[in-house]
Amino acid sequence: MSLLKITNLKANIENKEILNGINLEINSGEIHAIMGPNGSGKTTLASVLTGKKEFQVTDGTVEFDGKNLLEMPPEERARLGLFLAFQYPVEIPGVSNANFLRLALNEKRKYNGLDPIEPAAFFKIMREKAKIAKIEQDFLTRGVNEGFSGGEKKRNEIFQMAILEPKLAILDETDSGLDIDALKIVAEGVNAMRDPSRSFLIITHYQRLLDYIVPDFVHVLFNGRIVLSGTKELALELEEKGYDWIKEEFATA
Amino acid sequence: MAEQNNLIEEITKSEYKYGFVSNIDQDITPKGLSEEVIHFISQKKNEPDFVLQFRLKAYRAWQKMKEPTWQKVHFPPIDYQDMHYYAAPKSSSKTKTLAEIDPEILDTYQKLGIPLEEQKVLAGVAVDAILDSVSVATTFKEKLQDLGIIFCPISEAIQDYPELVKQYLGSVVPYSDNYFAALNSAVFTDGSFVYIPKGVRCPIELSTYFRINAAQTGQFERTLIIADEGSYVSYLEGCTAPMRDENQLHAAIVELYTHKDAEIKYSTVQNWYPGDKEGRGGIYNFVTKRGLCAGDNSKISWTQVETGSAITWKYPSCILKGDNSIGEFYSVALTNNYQQADTGTKMYHIGKNTRSRIVSKGISAGKGDNSYRGLVRISKSAENSRNYTQCDSLLIGDQCGAHTFPYIEIENKSSIVEHEATTSKISDESIFYLNQRGISTEDAVGLIVNGYAREVIKQLPMEFAVEAQRLLSLSLEGSVG
Ligand SMILES: Nc1ncnc2c1ncn2[C@@H]1O[C@H](COP(=O)(O)OP(=O)(O)O)[C@@H](O)[C@H]1O
Ligand SMILES: [Mg+2]
Repeated sequence: MSLLKITNLKANIENKEILNGINLEINSGEIHAIMGPNGSGKTTLASVLTGKKEFQVTDGTVEFDGKNLLEMPPEERARLGLFLAFQYPVEIPGVSNANFLRLALNEKRKYNGLDPIEPAAFFKIMREKAKIAKIEQDFLTRGVNEGFSGGEKKRNEIFQMAILEPKLAILDETDSGLDIDALKIVAEGVNAMRDPSRSFLIITHYQRLLDYIVPDFVHVLFNGRIVLSGTKELALELEEKGYDWIKEEFATA
Repeated sequence: MAEQNNLIEEITKSEYKYGFVSNIDQDITPKGLSEEVIHFISQKKNEPDFVLQFRLKAYRAWQKMKEPTWQKVHFPPIDYQDMHYYAAPKSSSKTKTLAEIDPEILDTYQKLGIPLEEQKVLAGVAVDAILDSVSVATTFKEKLQDLGIIFCPISEAIQDYPELVKQYLGSVVPYSDNYFAALNSAVFTDGSFVYIPKGVRCPIELSTYFRINAAQTGQFERTLIIADEGSYVSYLEGCTAPMRDENQLHAAIVELYTHKDAEIKYSTVQNWYPGDKEGRGGIYNFVTKRGLCAGDNSKISWTQVETGSAITWKYPSCILKGDNSIGEFYSVALTNNYQQADTGTKMYHIGKNTRSRIVSKGISAGKGDNSYRGLVRISKSAENSRNYTQCDSLLIGDQCGAHTFPYIEIENKSSIVEHEATTSKISDESIFYLNQRGISTEDAVGLIVNGYAREVIKQLPMEFAVEAQRLLSLSLEGSVG
């Protein structure tokens, strides 16, 4: 069943065209990987899908779970089940992870017509999910990403994903800057959450993450367009050959 | 820009929740201030001569004084002859039990979210509720009496404990201290009185809800808290006022006095009517709050969350006279629309090894103007003293202002003073991050602001902290896009 359908999506920032007509369809339960050189528009695609308002959509449509995604404010997209693990998670000093996540979860529950979760039940969920992202208890009471190391911030994103149980999780270079142990934790977190009703869009610069999270499809984004699509083998090929040949072959006329 | 303006517009749509007027028969003096009015107030309250003389001396001093002009706030001239100086609910003169209280008054409190009946059973909080000038109801009294704690309206203390009042009234804030203090000393109508005897730790938090009710009535409370040797008390002051078109003057005095080894913790959540989006109406809040750590090893701690009032002029201060005494000031001041706040603290170090800590968090939104003004003075005698000051400003939008005026005077070489200051804005990145987790922009701002203010909020007793967090979010509704 189609969960996300992107058709001819174009987007600008400050009158500069960044996305050049993206087409992509993701079915429930699938894992798609997007690769591509720096500056090709990977983060922009994630930002546009999640509704960052600096970007103007100039053309195209995005259907998510049968709804017109581009019409919704970012918080509603999130409540509907769209999650982004940020490439650069921000710090929110003084706001505890636990309070923040309880509010986030309750917003989602409210959207789905459910009552707010009891604090005791919530703490139980937190303890469970903390295991998935292998995080310490003190993570929960610390300020959101406040003083976290790069790796801790990334694991906190996975932790949040585990709590919010999205229909589609976009991971924006969650593997960048991680050592192999941290990378495995992220991969295990994702694998633990694999489910026929959940899809992933994994943005990565390197194929090594894909050794641990095996994608159903791999796409190459270049100059704001998906120029190649394939399976796991495409990632390996890119690893071997680098991005230069892509740049040459698909340089815009 | 256009979007920003729209959103700033939207702020003002969140109406002041506590704007309603009770119909209670008033006992009111004619407008204006004179020696006759002071005699009238004093007679009405059946005061002993020393109180009347105190008032008259203050009035005469006030007449010779000028309104201060150094603060960074602007307001049209106040006509002190165009207001009433005494208003009392008629039915309240003899009330002692809850059953006898005018049901409308109880209803008023209910709208404020402090049903007295419930308060009485709610563990841990005793309420001395003040409606305009006269204390209407005091609960928990008996329980406290067993410990020798006195907690009553100051008018009652003047009747029942004149010696104590005589000894301490004006001992921390002299009647001639400043313009507004002199005015208060001349015409103060009521307020709270607390005395904690030697060695007693007050087992509950004492709490007063102030409320301004009658139109065009100046409000002049006077609170006096004395902690005798080795005692401890935590006192909460909360304020709300109904919506009014005209500005109302509020000039209160709070005096705290700690003896040896004693501690007073004084917390305020101030939510008086801030005026409308055009800057019309709202309370003028000119308050003198000061604590004297008279005894060695004593401690006074002020915590304030100021979200209301059109103008806030307030510098809760500590005089650290006793050796090893400690003064603290934790403050969150929020200004939105046309609100102006000039607030801070003064720490006077006199005793040896005295310590003070200042944490000030200003939040400006809309066209609000927010100034921190603080004095740290370490006198020659205050050897080995220390001060730490942290002074942060958070700006929301680009039409507001934040200013800091730190004054530091050190007269010895063995003391250390540290000052840190930051200014920050709420970033679009932070808001988007929270949006992406399903949190609306309004809630995101509330969350970020509460996180920013956390160091201060966590000083507040639990139930007050929750109220303060709610108020901060409420006061900023719609202020960011
Ligand atoms: N906020 C912004 N303002 C201006 N240009 C931007 C902004 N964000 C991204 N870009 C530009 O858009 C292009 C794609 O960036 P990005 O989506 O971050 O690429 P990737 O994530 O693939 O490295 C780059 O040329 C980048 O400079
Ligand atoms: Mg990127």
